[in-house]
Amino acid sequence: MSLTNTVTAEDLIRISGVDPSKCMQCGKCSGACPSYDEMEYHPHQFVAMVRKGQIEKLMASDAIYQCLSCFACLERCPRNVEPAKLIEAVRVAVIRQQGMNHMTANDIPEKLDEKLPQQAIVSAMRKYSK
Amino acid sequence: MWLFDEIVKFHITELEGQVNHMKYSYYPGCTLKTKAKELDRYGRLSAAKLGAELEEIENWQCCGAVYPQAEDEIATKLSAVRTLDAAKQKDQELVTLCSACHHVLKRVNDDMKNNEYVRTRANNYLKLDVPYEGETSVIHYLEMLRDRIGFDTLKAAVVNPLKGVKIAAYYGCLLLRPSGVMAFDDPENPTIIEDFIKAIGATPIKYSQRNECCGGYIAMEDKGAAQKRVDVILSSAKNAGADLIITACPLCMYNLDANATESVLPVKYFTELLADALGVKEED
Repeated sequence: MSLTNTVTAEDLIRISGVDPSKCMQCGKCSGACPSYDEMEYHPHQFVAMVRKGQIEKLMASDAIYQCLSCFACLERCPRNVEPAKLIEAVRVAVIRQQGMNHMTANDIPEKLDEKLPQQAIVSAMRKYSK
Repeated sequence: MWLFDEIVKFHITELEGQVNHMKYSYYPGCTLKTKAKELDRYGRLSAAKLGAELEEIENWQCCGAVYPQAEDEIATKLSAVRTLDAAKQKDQELVTLCSACHHVLKRVNDDMKNNEYVRTRANNYLKLDVPYEGETSVIHYLEMLRDRIGFDTLKAAVVNPLKGVKIAAYYGCLLLRPSGVMAFDDPENPTIIEDFIKAIGATPIKYSQRNECCGGYIAMEDKGAAQKRVDVILSSAKNAGADLIITACPLCMYNLDANATESVLPVKYFTELLADALGVKEED
């Protein structure tokens, strides 16, 4: 682990357990992604950019909050690269930093509606804050 | 010869499963105690009618509602391990109804069985009398119907067949993927909910979006994105001729209902239709 505050490709590979070098950039993951239109970088780009060490761009992108965690990319990858895990690793690397929570308890009241199930709140806090 | 022995052993284990395990540990999860009470209530009434006893785990904790994918996340998996170990203590299979709880519990169980890093650290933290190593079998209620009770038995128990009702099965993502761990059904061409629909006397309607994500997890972050997904799914089911759509997931239920803008289709929990078909819906 590095002793600086900079997140490296190695950190993301360790956190995710993903080996980006297995990827052949076929794009099937991005073709299967239901959030494709919403994401600045698409699943296959996450893999390619981690491989190239372009971590800052990924960490600064809203794309990390647009992943639905539906595992379509992971299921349909012919090389078992599991891009969803890499996207989550980038998100986790961001929100583990001091003051970088994407959603906090204070944001919840205005988002509540009568029918909203508890699991929506629990999962949002799990995904967007540490 | 070795293979033959293994096959025989497998069948014996399967058989034992059917004979000894009609009593199950049951994990309802947070939402089934609040916004999704019907999913729980109709599930319990129907199970009782079919001779399956669901024993609620005592003092269960929230599963966390989303599976933490990061390899180094340990604390967020512990509540699931406590539930899995509670079922192990009773030597019972663990039944869940909520797709999200089911997903979390099945995947954490797989980690405890096959991921030495997670297993060691979770056990070091929990300090159970005997370390938990993935011994519990986690099954969804639908798997209980298919693999333990059997759809033929269900069909024979139906007193109020839902004849002529055209039902679209909505699988979503959490029950099916990743198929290597969930082992629930064919991830691209599942049949379990359609078979269930046939067993209760109704007509299943197939449509292209049945195993695509509804965007429920993003409903609080980006409502517009969730609405887009919901419209795609509902119009797909509607165009295929469905009267209604059924789900096992309270998050999908909320999303398909509250975030529908263009297409609207009634959404029901599969347990409500099950209870209706078994004639136990009005009992409580």
